[in-house]
Amino acid sequence: MKYVFALAGNQNSGKTTLYNNLTGSNQHVGNFPGVTIEKKEGQIKKNKDAYLVDLPGIYSLSPYTMEEVVTRDFLLKEHPDLILNIVDATNIERNLYLTLQLMELSIPMVIALNMMDEVRASGNSIDVKKLSDYLGIPIVPISASKNEGISELVDVIMKTAMEKKSPKKLDFCTGEVHRAIHSISHLIEEQAEKSGYPLRFAATKLVEGDEPTMKGLAISENQLHIISHVVDDMEKALDTDREAALADMRYTYIEKICKDTVIKKQETKEQIRSEKIDRILTHKYLGIPIFFSIMFLVFWLTFGAIGAPLQGYLEVIIGAFTEMVSETMNAAQVSSWVHSLVIDGIFAGVGSVLSFLPLIVILFFFLSLLEDSGYMARVAFLMDKMLRKIGLSGRSFVPMLIGFGCSVPAIMATRTLSSERDRKMTIVLTPFMSCSAKLPIYGMITMAFFPENAALVMIALYMTGILTAILSGLLLKSTIFKGEPVPFVMELPAYRVPSRKSVLVHMWEKGKDFIQRAFTVIFLGTIIIWFLQSFDWSLNMVGDSTMSILASIGTLISPLFIPLGFNDWRASTALITGLTAKEAVVSTLTVLTGAGTDIQLSAILNTMFTPLSAYAFLTFTLLYMPCIAAFAATKRELGSMKYAVLTALYQTLTAFAAGTLVYQIGSLFIGG
Amino acid sequence: MTLDNIKPGQGGVITAIGGQGALRRRLLDMGLTPNTRVQVRKVAPMGDPIELSLRSYVLTIRKEEASKIELKEVFSI
Repeated sequence: MKYVFALAGNQNSGKTTLYNNLTGSNQHVGNFPGVTIEKKEGQIKKNKDAYLVDLPGIYSLSPYTMEEVVTRDFLLKEHPDLILNIVDATNIERNLYLTLQLMELSIPMVIALNMMDEVRASGNSIDVKKLSDYLGIPIVPISASKNEGISELVDVIMKTAMEKKSPKKLDFCTGEVHRAIHSISHLIEEQAEKSGYPLRFAATKLVEGDEPTMKGLAISENQLHIISHVVDDMEKALDTDREAALADMRYTYIEKICKDTVIKKQETKEQIRSEKIDRILTHKYLGIPIFFSIMFLVFWLTFGAIGAPLQGYLEVIIGAFTEMVSETMNAAQVSSWVHSLVIDGIFAGVGSVLSFLPLIVILFFFLSLLEDSGYMARVAFLMDKMLRKIGLSGRSFVPMLIGFGCSVPAIMATRTLSSERDRKMTIVLTPFMSCSAKLPIYGMITMAFFPENAALVMIALYMTGILTAILSGLLLKSTIFKGEPVPFVMELPAYRVPSRKSVLVHMWEKGKDFIQRAFTVIFLGTIIIWFLQSFDWSLNMVGDSTMSILASIGTLISPLFIPLGFNDWRASTALITGLTAKEAVVSTLTVLTGAGTDIQLSAILNTMFTPLSAYAFLTFTLLYMPCIAAFAATKRELGSMKYAVLTALYQTLTAFAAGTLVYQIGSLFIGG
Repeated sequence: MTLDNIKPGQGGVITAIGGQGALRRRLLDMGLTPNTRVQVRKVAPMGDPIELSLRSYVLTIRKEEASKIELKEVFSI
């Protein structure tokens, strides 16, 4: 018999750590159907037939956020054998609020009471036995970060699942609310049974006015009328509305049982320590400079001190390996096109992308430290006011900042944004932050056209990127991403030392994810570009890239750039090859112009562009769709090829419009 | 008195939560229910959002949201 268990709990309750402890590395990561919310499934260690599904971190089963809806749907439709509810013992009142709602689902349940070590160490205590009796659910005290109580937890889970014992029907409601739930229960008894809704859950949700439940039960006009009558009576008697009445009722009940089971003499050591740390990290004047210093350090370590040499070593290894394969193939006298496919296509393309792997892994090492320690929530607190104006919340700041290094990890980092809307919008806007691979292009063009004002041009480009993101944000906010943004009501968890295992698992996942993409989407993309670059229309291999299909496509689309002030097939071809990696724009231009030295290249570039059209070219390069690796990340995080293509189209059109504006307005002043 | 009008270090007891829909429900779900004691701990460097302490945890909300929370018995620590 195969068991499926669902792991549910609040955010910051240690859910991921517990999940990793229970399943080890045996995890399968996917998405919930139709949304980009991550779904992890893994086998519980030493229990072949027991699978654990990690549900999103939520605070309630309200119908308002995607995470909550996904959780409800999973629990109601997939019928897991048991809910493992993780509860943060240091924050027990708010955590039990979700527990009370989960209990209404009539699914066997076990509570893992996490962070009991912190409670004890602070001289506080919780009467676990008594609490368990109150709720009618087995409770196992654990410490996920110290890996304590885990094997006992597994034993209790297996035992409870086999007994199929559902939580006892808890009557936390009194008076008017109780009466309302009771009468609605009678009204919908048949429908609930037919549509597989737990009766108590359905009735409570109807009292709350929950729309998905009304639809799910196919409530008739007549019933709706009766329900609203019942609720009206309740609201009048209580002098409050339906949602507040139920929230109040649940919390009142929780307060009652906590009074009886929890002895809290003082705040935990971690809470006291957090308050002290925040005196500095979210300080009125120091908070923001410290944040930028931390980000600068992360950047410097990732893209400079540690990442760059590692990237260099990896390039050397890949180069040596390429050389070896090339020689072996030469010795074996394979045909020249196979040789070219393997060496110029696959090795050059995938190899150049793979050399980013050290950057990704190092960056995610730091990001997991920031996230797991609790600092990311503070970043959102510090930066929220700035990003709110463009319809985002403070949490989007970090991915956008990483975008200045590389769009790929930046887009991958949007995974931590709790709102799907914010996540999508951030993915669209992040590539406007000029990534580091574009620097060689800026270098080449400024050297040829603006040698005196190189720094100024660079700064102007970076500012253009930021400005475009802001304007795009304003546009998207009032069009596609209209609708109510998820409210910014966010917990600031106590600072904790990140668990080594969680950080390693996170790095491993991101690295694996990237390698997988390097050998699928990116692999395919580089082969296509290689093919276009190496063959002519009659499918003969060309010795001279000016005769290739790519060159003729470059020639074909070249007139499109007339509004931007340049019409040269070498420029348009370079923009196409730039899709493999942005720095390829430089190598393509060098190859196609046949320039031997920088001085020659500058001279030839001056025949292709005027200073103004060169600036328009730079603007286009800055903003148009990101490289294949970033595109693949976009597709992965948006969960849809269609939206990824639309995003790329939007970015390219924006680039085209901006380039045109630069050239046309510029022409008015300096006459082309 | 509403929650956005009190200074860091001050607190009060919630009497009512205004607003509607997702936002209001979220505030209720996070434990901002009538008769709950809540204290303002801090204001973010740019003047918004604010940091609250309630039910022995720390929560941050925007001032706009805080303006919908009515308080009584305002106290200072």
